[in-house]
Amino acid sequence: MINIQDLRKISDYEWEIPKSFRQDMRVPVRIFATRKLIEAVMDDRSLEQAVNSATLPGLVGHVLVMPDMHQGYGFPIGGVAATRYPEGVISPGGIGYDINCGVRLLASQIEYSEAREHLAALATAINHNCPSGVGTKGHVRVSESELNQICRQGSRWALNQGYASEADVRRTEEGGVLEGADPGAVSKRAKERGLAQIGTLGAGNHFIEVDVVEQLFDAQAAQAMGLFEGHLVLQIHCGSRGFGHQICTDYVNEFQGAVRRYNIQLPDRELVCAPLDSPEGKNYLAAMRCAANYAFANRQVLAHYARKAFEETLGGKVPNWHLHQVYDIAHNMGKIETHVIDGERMKVCVHRKGATRAFGPGYEGLPEEYRSIGQPVLVPGSMGTASWVLVGTEGSMQRSFGSTCHGAGRVMSRSKAKKSVWGEDLRNELEASGIHVRAGSMAGLAEEAPQAYKDVDDVIETVSGAGIARKVARLVPVAVIKG
Amino acid sequence: MGAIAGYREQEHTADWALEVWAPDLPELFAQAARGMLALCGARLEAEPRLECALELEAPDAESLLVAFLSELLYLAEMEYLGFDEFEISIDSNRLRGRICGAALSGLNKEIKAVTYHNLSIRKTSRGLEARVVFDV
Repeated sequence: MINIQDLRKISDYEWEIPKSFRQDMRVPVRIFATRKLIEAVMDDRSLEQAVNSATLPGLVGHVLVMPDMHQGYGFPIGGVAATRYPEGVISPGGIGYDINCGVRLLASQIEYSEAREHLAALATAINHNCPSGVGTKGHVRVSESELNQICRQGSRWALNQGYASEADVRRTEEGGVLEGADPGAVSKRAKERGLAQIGTLGAGNHFIEVDVVEQLFDAQAAQAMGLFEGHLVLQIHCGSRGFGHQICTDYVNEFQGAVRRYNIQLPDRELVCAPLDSPEGKNYLAAMRCAANYAFANRQVLAHYARKAFEETLGGKVPNWHLHQVYDIAHNMGKIETHVIDGERMKVCVHRKGATRAFGPGYEGLPEEYRSIGQPVLVPGSMGTASWVLVGTEGSMQRSFGSTCHGAGRVMSRSKAKKSVWGEDLRNELEASGIHVRAGSMAGLAEEAPQAYKDVDDVIETVSGAGIARKVARLVPVAVIKG
Repeated sequence: MGAIAGYREQEHTADWALEVWAPDLPELFAQAARGMLALCGARLEAEPRLECALELEAPDAESLLVAFLSELLYLAEMEYLGFDEFEISIDSNRLRGRICGAALSGLNKEIKAVTYHNLSIRKTSRGLEARVVFDV
């Protein structure tokens, strides 16, 4: 059990659990949060899970925890950990089952005022074009050889099939494709699950949302991204579907044996890991990259069908119904990156579990148009509240392995949420406040009620105050589509 | 926990956790499967009933439980089948037997995976207990 007294306050936005807190910790834990946000998670096990994560072999710097932290399984959600490459370990549980779960933001020239009367029809059209819900199959069926191409090419596959533009691909983290993916490292079962799910949203906390840009905070960055106050934008939040879930399941299972073979002692079996340079570690990395590429392609196909819904609904009714891509980011991912840690430049494997990459200005890999402003960071809030567009900073490069928060962060359990909120009531409240809702399951809607989450604005004030991201725009929802 | 075997949903901030108890291992597995089905809001068609043979092996009882529940999730997603009767035996971390169920008529919520998070099958005065956390 961890108490707030065990934490050393570094600033109003930063706290530390020293390495001496528990004997098996290899590095300290650094928490980006205000006292209020830390107090909000003292009843769950986020901090204990962060301490457990700090026992992984080969860690460098600190294990970091973002202000939207909450209890997960193994790693806390909002956790970032870097291990030295290649002798450190990679932990599938530190990336998550939904590999490359992430967010895509598309922006438009459509004024909210001119689209308002069409929003109900637009929500219905998106819901119709973008399949969601449990076990739903997509419009696109691929053969096994096409699936192998998706694994290797990610968004480039979508470009070749006519689902993407060059600009879409360029404005995606890593250009929408991680090198080093090997479909040979993916099980037959994972492939079976992946064949029918390209272009599907899934269920749970995944959604498509139409928002209005409510306020801009950085005119230069907003200009570069094509964001304007009062205009409609579209967010897509989903990941690698059953394909990624199965890959993680397979390797968490396989690594139960690997930790015995490499004599790695861990406080939780979900943290199982293998050295990055071991056959097991290399195979997982190759398979994880397949799932990451699958997720990039998945969000790209969904974006294609969302554009179709915009055209069907708004074509000819507003002057320009085109949606241009702002960016697409991952928040469950393992990446080999170079960072300066304690003055030493080194190659590391950065595990981000419910945390977003947030590279500062000037870093390689950013598209030319974003090179001077920093990487766009997309932070969806809880349903019916607000979402944020941020950019990475030099501070995030120096202090958080180029990472920042990924959302609002839950505070209420799903069981409590569905006992205290009726899905139908929530839908009526959202509709009354001008938000059109299309949801496959009322129970699922209740679990995602805004009161189950922290205030996203508090989270953003924290990362902004700590200097690990900078505010660009605040978005408010006008239509929510959920499985 | 009056009944000799059963399951109960436990509080978890983001995911779902299930507490399961039973006098022996096969019944513990069956209760975990029924609990998982209930968490998903699964509804089964009344007819026709169908059955499958199942054989699984794992290095320890906890891994076998994860493999068993993962198998049922796979059948729900790919074949749209739900199972609620289990005639299984478990010997030396090897599960063998038949599972009976029907086509799903509805499935409200998605479970992404069965995790190993703090998973241990414990002997207690009343038999066996386990807590399973699901990623949702």
